[in-house]
Amino acid sequence: MPTPLVVTTQGEREIVVTREFDAPRELVWDCWTVPALIKRWLSGPPGWTMTTCEFDPRVGGAWRFVSKGPDGFEMGHGGVIKTFDRPDLMVTSEIYDMDWTGGETINTNVFTDIGGGRSRSTLTVTYSSREARDGARATPMAEGMEAGFQSLDRLLKERAA
Amino acid sequence: MATPEQLDLTFAALADQTRRAILARLATGEASVNELAEPFEMSQPAISKHIKVLEAAGLVSRSKDAQRRPVKMETAPMAEAVEWLEQYRKVWEQTYARLDTLLAELKSLTPSADKKKN
Repeated sequence: MPTPLVVTTQGEREIVVTREFDAPRELVWDCWTVPALIKRWLSGPPGWTMTTCEFDPRVGGAWRFVSKGPDGFEMGHGGVIKTFDRPDLMVTSEIYDMDWTGGETINTNVFTDIGGGRSRSTLTVTYSSREARDGARATPMAEGMEAGFQSLDRLLKERAA
Repeated sequence: MATPEQLDLTFAALADQTRRAILARLATGEASVNELAEPFEMSQPAISKHIKVLEAAGLVSRSKDAQRRPVKMETAPMAEAVEWLEQYRKVWEQTYARLDTLLAELKSLTPSADKKKN
């Protein structure tokens, strides 16, 4: 069974997200790096779909994802691939179009073989400063949804008027 | 919701082994500075310094009137920090649950590759 997710802060600028998977790390790696697979799970909350999924799988390559909410609200983010070492280590930079995270973050994902065909992902998100980490919206998707609902409210009001 | 400034203070205060040990002790009940200093090989002023940091972050309070001025744990900032992390956790839990589904599907499509790994 997959183990529960562990989220901790580390140092002044980092959040660490650890999770184990019932699959070899090569397979987990591919889910993170092949656009057809990325679209299936990194799309956002239920009801959201990924409308743009670009991932140039090499050091220096760019990536960009755009997800669309049920009411048409779009949220984009992207960055550059800094380390691409299948199946061990991937480091990327990331910034949201609406900058939920107080500047760019560096995402370091270490994939560990834990035996029995299972693996662990340790994702360290490093923010630009302590203030950015502690002020970052922990739920950019939820914030995106909220903004989406607000635009829906506006639309409904316009229709009603 | 906790403000970013409060979270800064909370996490900074918690980013120290001695201060975490002091909080663990206070979780079992209030204590004087002397009592808190006992298990540590530290001077009382050094412990007092740590308590001041915890106090500034609102993680502990000291009663003004009593002679021993016992230190007491305040749970609200800690609860807010936990809630903040919990939001983060929820988003990732949902996302990784979808990854589990995808991985199971991929494994069923490639049984031979899976056997090689095991």
